[in-house]
Amino acid sequence: MKLRQGLLAGVTLLYGRRRRRLERERRAEQGRADAEQGRADAEQGRADAEQARAGAEQAGAGQVGAGQAQEAASAAGDGGGGGARTPARIVPPGLPDRRAEYLVVALLALAMLFAVGFIVVYAEYSPAEMPNQLLGVCMGGALGFAALALAVFGRRLVVTEEIEEDYPQENPREQSEIAQLLHESASRITRRRLLLGAGAATGGVLGLAGLTPVLSLGPLWDTAPLDYSPWHRGRRLVDPHGYPLLASEVEEETFYTAFAEGADREDIASVLVVVRLHPSELRLPEGREGWAPYGILAYSKICTHAGCAVALYRKPRFPVVEAKPALVCPCHYSTFNPATGASVIFGPAGRPLPQLPLMIDPSGHLRAAGDFSGRVGPAWWGVREGPPT
Amino acid sequence: MSRLARTIATRLRGAGGARARWGALTAAALLLAACEGVALAQPQDGVLTPASQPAKPTVQLGHELFEANCASCHGGLAQGISHPRPGAGDISGAAPSLHGVGAEAADFYLRTGFMPLSNIHAEPSNRRVLFTNKQIEAITHFVASLGAGPAIPHPKPRTGALNSGFELFTEDCAGCHQSLARGGFVTGARVPPLQGVDATEIAEAVRIGPYLMPRFSTRRISDAQLNSIIRYVLSTNRPDNRGGWSIGNLGPIPEGLVAWLAAIMLGVLCLGLGRRLRA
Repeated sequence: MKLRQGLLAGVTLLYGRRRRRLERERRAEQGRADAEQGRADAEQGRADAEQARAGAEQAGAGQVGAGQAQEAASAAGDGGGGGARTPARIVPPGLPDRRAEYLVVALLALAMLFAVGFIVVYAEYSPAEMPNQLLGVCMGGALGFAALALAVFGRRLVVTEEIEEDYPQENPREQSEIAQLLHESASRITRRRLLLGAGAATGGVLGLAGLTPVLSLGPLWDTAPLDYSPWHRGRRLVDPHGYPLLASEVEEETFYTAFAEGADREDIASVLVVVRLHPSELRLPEGREGWAPYGILAYSKICTHAGCAVALYRKPRFPVVEAKPALVCPCHYSTFNPATGASVIFGPAGRPLPQLPLMIDPSGHLRAAGDFSGRVGPAWWGVREGPPT
Repeated sequence: MSRLARTIATRLRGAGGARARWGALTAAALLLAACEGVALAQPQDGVLTPASQPAKPTVQLGHELFEANCASCHGGLAQGISHPRPGAGDISGAAPSLHGVGAEAADFYLRTGFMPLSNIHAEPSNRRVLFTNKQIEAITHFVASLGAGPAIPHPKPRTGALNSGFELFTEDCAGCHQSLARGGFVTGARVPPLQGVDATEIAEAVRIGPYLMPRFSTRRISDAQLNSIIRYVLSTNRPDNRGGWSIGNLGPIPEGLVAWLAAIMLGVLCLGLGRRLRA
């Protein structure tokens, strides 16, 4: 409330004070001018009336003559007030405001200048090195100053006034006639309740039909596609260029992105982040003892908060004083600890990243030893799930 | 102490006339100076240098500088200290061993100003370089002599390709450093922007993995790929802002802020224009 008042006060300061003063002065002048005019006309009328009376008296005193003279006098008096004037104005006359007119012209000239500037800039540069910023300034300036000119014109040069019309008189007779009209028009209906019932039922069903597209907002019943994962025992991991990942190539203190070999990369469950920790650092949950051969860990790269790719990895140079290794999501900084099964140590994620069990095949390549430990992607049913299965 | 402060406050407010006010101002100034003196009395954030230094950056000079400035954390023989213990200059010291880190690491940490670090729990910052070039060379020679380690790299960004550099940077680096290398955050550290960083420093950082940054060996990012990445990072010093105003190249949030502010100003303008005339 205060802010609005403050803003209005500021705008008033810029626009209002001078304007209102001028308006007041103008109206006062107008009033005085009207009053003067009225007085002058009244005088004129009185002078005419006097003349008429004088004439009537001169003409001689007859009852009829005197009456006629009286009428003529009063008519002259009235006519003097009305007839001496030009036809009445509809719009009140405004004081001429030469400064506003010059201002409008100046603003329009500025708008023209910017428009010319736009043409010149466009002609000067080749498309490859077109200074878009300059073009934008020219176009914005041209339109902006034209708008300002119109605004000033509208505020200062166009005369405005307020007209209020009363509501029309209430007419009870007409109202009762209309009511009777409506009532009699329905006199042919025999099964009224049946028609009303059918209408209500139709309205209800139409409303339901209108709401049905809401079901397309998310998978309410058909959630099977969300559970799909291309991983199964024996599926190889490949790097972003398609080459299979060798276990001996995976080093500590860095991170790798991997996909399921042959699977659709757009699949949310297809992409992994692979890191390697020293086996002595691992504290994986129950049942995952063999899931990280040589300390090589694979987690889903899709954050369980809102589905961004977990692309940040921090690792300490000097673990004595520096933070422990963590996978971090860049969107909202959900932080996952890879040593404990990607449990959430900071941030809004509601559950750990699903872990993929790994094994090393005889040729040294990394393969999945099964499917993920949980559902991939942001939690779509319940904000937090229990411990990973 | 609080009585003194209250008196000064009263005097500053004006009670007691002009003279009292001047007196109060002087007292306040002296108080501030005293505070600064107390602050300066803390262990200083600077380096110690020997009184006479040889003309060339010798291993001997490097050793002396190391002992004076690095040993309280890294140990007198650079063997590392794994449990923080009080050292010279009131510093609680712990640091990794420098045997085998090579000239590469010493050169990087000293040239960028990440080392020396006055507080082992603070995040290293690259705002101040405390050693001269000669001193850095000397210490680097000394550290290199401690055991065979990687030498200072010599990247060739001109031989790299800008487009593959952009792709590689986006895959491996942009998560923390932002797609135009403007820097950002990771949980636990501030990630520095890479404008004004030269090619050697970038190569060193990628190979070392300083502080919380991951380490990328030649198997993870080959030398050719690194040249491309460095070429891209160097190009972010002068991004091609085709859209017009870059707003710091930070992305949609500041752009949205600007749009909101402009929209709000337009709204206020409309309010002003549409205001009804009041006599």
